[in-house]
Amino acid sequence: MNGVHDMGGMHGMGPVPYERDEPVFHAPWEARAFALNIGMRAWRRWNIDAGRYEIELIPPAEYLRMTYYERWFVRLVELLVKRDLVTREEIDTGTPAPGARREKPALTAERVASMVRNGAIASRDVPVAPRFAVNQRVRARTINPAGHTRLPRYVRGRTGTIERDHGVYVFPDTNALFLGEKPQHVYSVRFTTRELWGEQAPPRDAVYLDLWDDYLEPA
Amino acid sequence: MDHDDHGHEHGHNHTHQVVPSDLALRVKALESLLVEKGLVDPAALDTVVDTYERKIGPRNGARVVARAWVDPAYKQRLLTDATAAMAEFGYGGTQGEHMRVVENTPDVHNLVVCTLCSCYPWSVLGLPPVWYKSAAYRSRAVIDPRGVLREFGLDLAEHVEVRVWDSTAELRYLVLPERPAGSDGLSEDDLATLVTRDAMVGVAKVTGPAAGARRA
Repeated sequence: MNGVHDMGGMHGMGPVPYERDEPVFHAPWEARAFALNIGMRAWRRWNIDAGRYEIELIPPAEYLRMTYYERWFVRLVELLVKRDLVTREEIDTGTPAPGARREKPALTAERVASMVRNGAIASRDVPVAPRFAVNQRVRARTINPAGHTRLPRYVRGRTGTIERDHGVYVFPDTNALFLGEKPQHVYSVRFTTRELWGEQAPPRDAVYLDLWDDYLEPA
Repeated sequence: MDHDDHGHEHGHNHTHQVVPSDLALRVKALESLLVEKGLVDPAALDTVVDTYERKIGPRNGARVVARAWVDPAYKQRLLTDATAAMAEFGYGGTQGEHMRVVENTPDVHNLVVCTLCSCYPWSVLGLPPVWYKSAAYRSRAVIDPRGVLREFGLDLAEHVEVRVWDSTAELRYLVLPERPAGSDGLSEDDLATLVTRDAMVGVAKVTGPAAGARRA
């Protein structure tokens, strides 16, 4: 979706807010909001792409006003309701619905270390032929999906060069909507800054993006 | 939103936004509900927080960098297959499943960003700092990387090629900084203490042991 989250190339966001000796979390609620997301993800009722999409669905003005972990909190509440783990009424009242069954937590303290160590592999060992080869010139397609996509607006329609083939990965656009993984090749694509931003940009510099087969066409 | 409680301290305000005061209460209420429903275990949440507050952080990445500086064969493995090379240290897993390391040289400077959200190599750098997640950094790193680097105190010569890596897929990036001058006699462990988080994101260089003050 063409949301405010897709902010590469925007102006007016001010200086970069640097904080020396920054703590990992600025308040206990941030730590809890983060951990709740991890703990509830362990139920596997949504995937990482659906999680990102839910943050993108936060209305633009709200998105910009919120801090990072506030977005994580709002995203979690929405997903809990959408994926039938909690009802809106339970959120509002703060108590389980009468007669609601009591579950056993998906993530226990003993399982945290192995979960972190294993992560979630996004590559897929399936035989999918690459549509492009290293050094090939490609154009990022001009598409405007209303759903989730990892093709930023600032490269759409721009021409670049395949720098590396990373192999086969889950495709976020379908995965975020629970429409299947549609595994396909992901490439590192090099775009010169002049191609992206015009003649005023420094001549040598470049931006690299990791882009899926479905985002590209031959140039 | 209260307009008066928000002094603008240059370079120090970690957030431009005001957090609603009831947010902490809402998070607490959600946790209570989820515990009561048996969906989360508070001890598991404690362990998650402890993992990222104390166990996983930039010291991991610093050890990888220091090894690459002293061991050319390791450096080659790191640049060819970073995921496997980091696994030699036991680093991997969540937000480090698929790693790539890009090397700074006198002619090339690398900078990592995620314009669409805030993807970051947790396994070797821990959770991202506020500036990395800020709209200012995410918006500007791709259109004006040299300006962003100047804000961090790094003024790159014109002949240096700047490469910005926008983490749009599940690959996570770590910059291999240049080994600083004057560090020849240092052990691998001592070298690791010089390596900063900022240098591994690409917004700083690693300074030598005599250079004094370091950033995070």
